Amino acid sequence: MRSCGKEAKRSNMGILEGQGVSKFFGGLAAIANVDFHVDQGEIVGLIGPNGAGKTTLFNLISGTFPLSSGEIGFKGRRLNGLKPHQICRMGIARTFQETKVFGNMPVIQNVLVGAFFGMPTHVSGAAATREATQALEFVGLSAMGAAPINDLTLANQKRVEVARALATKPELLLLDELMAGLNAAEVSEAMELVTKIRDKGITIVMVEHVMKAIMGISSRVMVLHHGEKIAEGTCNEISCNRTVIDIYLGEETHAGS
Amino acid sequence: MAEAERLLGLSIIGMLGGGVYGLMAVGLSLQVGVCRVLNITHGEFVMLGAVLTFVLSQLGINPLVAPVILGPLLFGLGFLLQATLFRAVKARARSPEAFEGNALLVAFGLMYIISNIAQIRIGVASLPSHYLTSSVSFLGVNIPLNLIVGFAIAAVLGIGLYLFLTRSRLGRAIRATAEDQPTAELMGVNTKTILAVCFGLGALLAAVAGTLISLRTDVNTGIGFNNTVIALVIVTLGGLGSVPGSFIAGIIIGIVSMLVAGLWESILIVPVYYAMLMVLLLVRPSGILGKK
Amino acid sequence: MNITRLFTTHRKPLSVGFFILLIAFVLTFPLYGGIYPTSVLTTMLMYAILAVSWTMFSGATGYMSLAPAAFLGTGIYVMALLQNYLPFPVIMVIAGLISFALALLLGLVTLRLKGIYFTIFTFGLVVFIGNVVNYVEAKVIERHGWVFNAMDETTLLYIMFGLAVVTVLAAYFIGRSRLGLAMRSIGGNEEAAEHMGIDTTRIKVLTFAMSAVFMGAAGVVVAPSLSYSNPGIAFSVVYSFVPIVAAVFGGMGNLQGPIVGGLLFGYLEKTLRATWLNYYNLGFGIIMVVVILFLPSGIVGLVPMLRDKLGGMIAKLRKGGEAEQHGNT
Repeated sequence: MRSCGKEAKRSNMGILEGQGVSKFFGGLAAIANVDFHVDQGEIVGLIGPNGAGKTTLFNLISGTFPLSSGEIGFKGRRLNGLKPHQICRMGIARTFQETKVFGNMPVIQNVLVGAFFGMPTHVSGAAATREATQALEFVGLSAMGAAPINDLTLANQKRVEVARALATKPELLLLDELMAGLNAAEVSEAMELVTKIRDKGITIVMVEHVMKAIMGISSRVMVLHHGEKIAEGTCNEISCNRTVIDIYLGEETHAGS
Repeated sequence: MAEAERLLGLSIIGMLGGGVYGLMAVGLSLQVGVCRVLNITHGEFVMLGAVLTFVLSQLGINPLVAPVILGPLLFGLGFLLQATLFRAVKARARSPEAFEGNALLVAFGLMYIISNIAQIRIGVASLPSHYLTSSVSFLGVNIPLNLIVGFAIAAVLGIGLYLFLTRSRLGRAIRATAEDQPTAELMGVNTKTILAVCFGLGALLAAVAGTLISLRTDVNTGIGFNNTVIALVIVTLGGLGSVPGSFIAGIIIGIVSMLVAGLWESILIVPVYYAMLMVLLLVRPSGILGKK
Repeated sequence: MNITRLFTTHRKPLSVGFFILLIAFVLTFPLYGGIYPTSVLTTMLMYAILAVSWTMFSGATGYMSLAPAAFLGTGIYVMALLQNYLPFPVIMVIAGLISFALALLLGLVTLRLKGIYFTIFTFGLVVFIGNVVNYVEAKVIERHGWVFNAMDETTLLYIMFGLAVVTVLAAYFIGRSRLGLAMRSIGGNEEAAEHMGIDTTRIKVLTFAMSAVFMGAAGVVVAPSLSYSNPGIAFSVVYSFVPIVAAVFGGMGNLQGPIVGGLLFGYLEKTLRATWLNYYNLGFGIIMVVVILFLPSGIVGLVPMLRDKLGGMIAKLRKGGEAEQHGNT
């Protein structure tokens, strides 16, 4: 059976809280009445079949679109109705499922954008450059600062996205399918990176399809299906959960043991 | 009650004329909604339909028959433009936004190319293209026959198109492509051909609209730009990509135009619908029937 | 022997040298140029101003604006109304401020939404304003056209040149500033930019309004040489289309592109349009399509492209030569 990720030093301080969160598109419920709770310092995995609503949930948290009903709170403050740039400045950063880098700039400038604008207060040019360089170093790409970003491999572009998000100095990082399209070696490197980020004190919620990654590093997993939360618990609990196995894990549990 | 009668009369005439505008806008709506090209050349296709109808009439071909020739002709032109030009632009664009921007600029260039070739070959003089000008009296208002025929043809085509899009297999393929092209491609739809067909259809509808416009007013090779402006306003009012929306908005614009012209000043027609557009963009940008 | 290297390592002094030459040329031109050629040069500079300020916003963010003619026309009208009451520089400032306010209003309505709405709106904007002004003139104040007080061509040239320098400097410094970075990130991926803390609507509206200032001021300067104006003349779509083609042709990725394009097309406007109207316009359209398909970085981007190709060809020739020296395989 899967061994779970190291249990984080749970401070038991909730950093992100969602109650009765729902989102309707036309008549269709993309998210239906989901409650969630993330403690500081955790790595929470968010899994579910395609179309389950995982990215939609991220979009609701990061402010991409407004909630239809319910509440989301971050460090005690209500996020409802806030715009994405305001939410970013509060300390939530994210990456995107289809890598959304700034294709018209070199790598370092991509990260600089995060460094300059991700903070609620004014950042000097020197401070921003410092922050950006450090972020690039952290993800292991300091050699590529001047390269046009479109020249980089997908794996490296995703790293730049992470560096850019880190440059905004977030307390909570939302990673949307970071491992998609990566080969086995790249997935291991990415897993290391995510753990490194958590060790810096940043709380992480990650959407993933790559089971090895989720089970390897999450302290807790939430399962969405048709917009509803159908299970939540430690990796062990989830991989033993009948319902989850039936609809999602299926063959994988036996295949990869 | 003469004033009310006058208003009614103006509204009826506006509605009838608006039907043709609606048809014109529906064509643009198809191109914007499916091919994702903001085709600012659209008015030039209307112009071609109008002017060539006159040219054909000089050769003895009845204006009402002209669409049978011009329709397929301009369909072919539209089809070709999408299949060659816009497809090439898409292939070179590094993102959907870049594609939309570049396609717009290409349409820009096309606008100049088409209108000026027409002006070189046909000249800029006003062409006396009136047809079916006898009037019918209805509720105390004189309604020219060409308006009634125009509306009838536009309505038939509009309804036909709507049924085609909602009931036929090709129509479903079109809507799937508009919704999500990559997925449609995966499901076996030949999206490249669909895009070309839609662009061609848009051009065809523009050409027919042009013919119908030429029935009721003198036309010339310079009318393209203004018709593009009208089409753009209508498409936005009706909701980008919505066929019934464009038609209804066309009728509304037609009525508004007539009322403004009759009660106020015709020079204020465009400002009035721009003001309407501004209000709409503030309140409900997706348009009357657009998806949010 | 390496010409290409000359261009890369010595680029800075070459650019500065180029600009110094340009300045000297413009300042001395009226002395030997004659009145009409001087006015041609003034027009060239005006189109350069329009192309550069258009690129300031549309080039960076990717939001295609067809509004330059609206702001230029506003400037022309401000001049028409105030030419007898206020000194020239003050009129320029006022025109700039009014254009700023107008752009701010338009931006607030349309830039909250997707780019396509903005483009649609600006497309007919010139017609809209032209018609409103026409109405006010014809029916409300019953005026038919405005006559401008004649002004010395040389003075106009120097003022337009001064405005051009200010515009280019503004574009340069904005480009290098964090505002420029924010705009380019909007052009790169607007959704990502928003999520990195950028208030995209505010940035777009602000930059759009700023770019309008220079267009309005340019309108004031071009007015006297028109000698007569009415809404049709002042609000002509040509003043929107030409700068756009000029900027695209020249290359929107940097400052030199719109400058070169604007100067070139300004010259063509003054010389070719009148005589060859339809063929000229036709050529316009063809250039636009060709540039988009084959020269995405514009003419200015052609230089690095050619340089690379040339370098590649020379390298191949060298290799071929070596193979021959070592005998056939």
